[in-house]
Amino acid sequence: MFDLLATGAKMAVWMTVLLSVTPVMVWVERRGAALIQDRLGPNRVGPLGLFQSLADAVKLLFKEDIATLESDKFLYTLAPMLAVVPALTTFVVIPFGPDIEVAGRPVSLLVSEAETGALLLLALASLGVYSLVMAGYSANNKYSLMGAVRASAQMISYELALALSVVAALVPVGSLRLDHVVSYQQGTWWGFLPHWNLFPQFIGFLVFLIASFAETNRLPFDLPEAESELVAGYHTEYSSMKFSLFFMGEYMSMATLSILASTLFLGGWHLPGLDYSGWWVTAATTGLLVLMAKAALFLLLFVWVRWTFPRFRFDQLLRLGWKVLLPLAIANLVLVAALTVSGVL
Amino acid sequence: MEVAVFAVFALLALGSALVVVLHRNPIYSTMSLVVTLISIAVLFVLLGAPFLAALQVLVYTGAILVLFLFVLMLLNVGAGGRGPDRLGQKIGAVGASAAFGVVMLTLLWGRFHGFELSPLTEEIVALKPLAKQLMTTYLLPFEMVGLLLLAAVIAATALAKKPEVRLPREKT
Repeated sequence: MFDLLATGAKMAVWMTVLLSVTPVMVWVERRGAALIQDRLGPNRVGPLGLFQSLADAVKLLFKEDIATLESDKFLYTLAPMLAVVPALTTFVVIPFGPDIEVAGRPVSLLVSEAETGALLLLALASLGVYSLVMAGYSANNKYSLMGAVRASAQMISYELALALSVVAALVPVGSLRLDHVVSYQQGTWWGFLPHWNLFPQFIGFLVFLIASFAETNRLPFDLPEAESELVAGYHTEYSSMKFSLFFMGEYMSMATLSILASTLFLGGWHLPGLDYSGWWVTAATTGLLVLMAKAALFLLLFVWVRWTFPRFRFDQLLRLGWKVLLPLAIANLVLVAALTVSGVL
Repeated sequence: MEVAVFAVFALLALGSALVVVLHRNPIYSTMSLVVTLISIAVLFVLLGAPFLAALQVLVYTGAILVLFLFVLMLLNVGAGGRGPDRLGQKIGAVGASAAFGVVMLTLLWGRFHGFELSPLTEEIVALKPLAKQLMTTYLLPFEMVGLLLLAAVIAATALAKKPEVRLPREKT
């Protein structure tokens, strides 16, 4: 009973974080875009326009749900549901705080202690492409189909580089579990440099970062929905809540990958110098806040990049994935393995 | 609990496998194959092999089936684009399934008649022992499979490469 409650509480924390990411990020994105483009952005609803997302959510809920006559109804309905599934399941293996003690019982702030950890996360995340493909195919529209074709080729290509950079981060740890990854990264080098994977594996970190832009279909890699060529790509025919599920899926995947990047390369919930030994509530809150602060850096980077770089051409995108990122990821993996075996890491 | 999970996912695997074979739309067949493979991954977990389950989802549903879909969509094979057209194909399919069925039934029969089958144990399927075995006992087959895949990749590249045509260079 206690374990069940603890697991439920941990899942509730993650759900709250992930579900609140979308409205906040939409606001950040629009205000950020406005800042970069030297205009004002949404500033009418609430202070600084903060309630704009809330108003948008209500608007989307009440919009008419349109489906074209020629669409494949079953897949057309299934696709938006699947869009949020990977983002809402991958968090189970990510820890958000130290092992704490509640009412005399040990609780680890990690939903699933599966041995396969990071691999399970990659497996679940790799299912995300099906929602895009289904959406593009079922709409029975050539632009949607082109979007789906692009999405499948793109996500397969970048998944390899992404997975290889994740594997490299796991090599010195010697475990697939992300809580072990975090505990490995505690402490410092020479007393001031945090013992984070970021420093010895800077190449792997860059590869992960670039590949995660492609995996979430964000600019400069948003070819599956390139609006100047494909209307809106795979979700051209979607409206109302179905459309907003794709929207939420994209933002939640961004959040998940940002949290994963913080966990793999920036030491996760741990920050040298902070005290995690006190009362369990403060310990857990500190852990969660540190993790969120690190993830927020990546989310801001996502926004910054989106409004700074133009879109790639599709052949450039695939060339970058296969001829630059993949060799770099493999080289990084070999380097890290050699360093680990020789005892440097 | 375990029996219930097994029942649900075994039925799901069987049902979706039937859809794979019987549905006329190849896109639906591929999607059902996704369901089949995920259900089998769940059965792997029940057998105490979560590592194999994760790999199954990652490699098969996450990569290989996406490529199936990619090709199907690129060729735009819609509904009704497939049927058991050729007689030879039908005979081949039935023959192969029958042969596979015979093998499986023989194993099942042997299971109840004193034929020893070693079950999956932790020493075989857990991450570290599996890795160790791949790098020691089964190193040669492991490397050979790798070589085979490499050969296939090179062959595919060679086949797909267009013969070089010399065109007058456009001014850029």
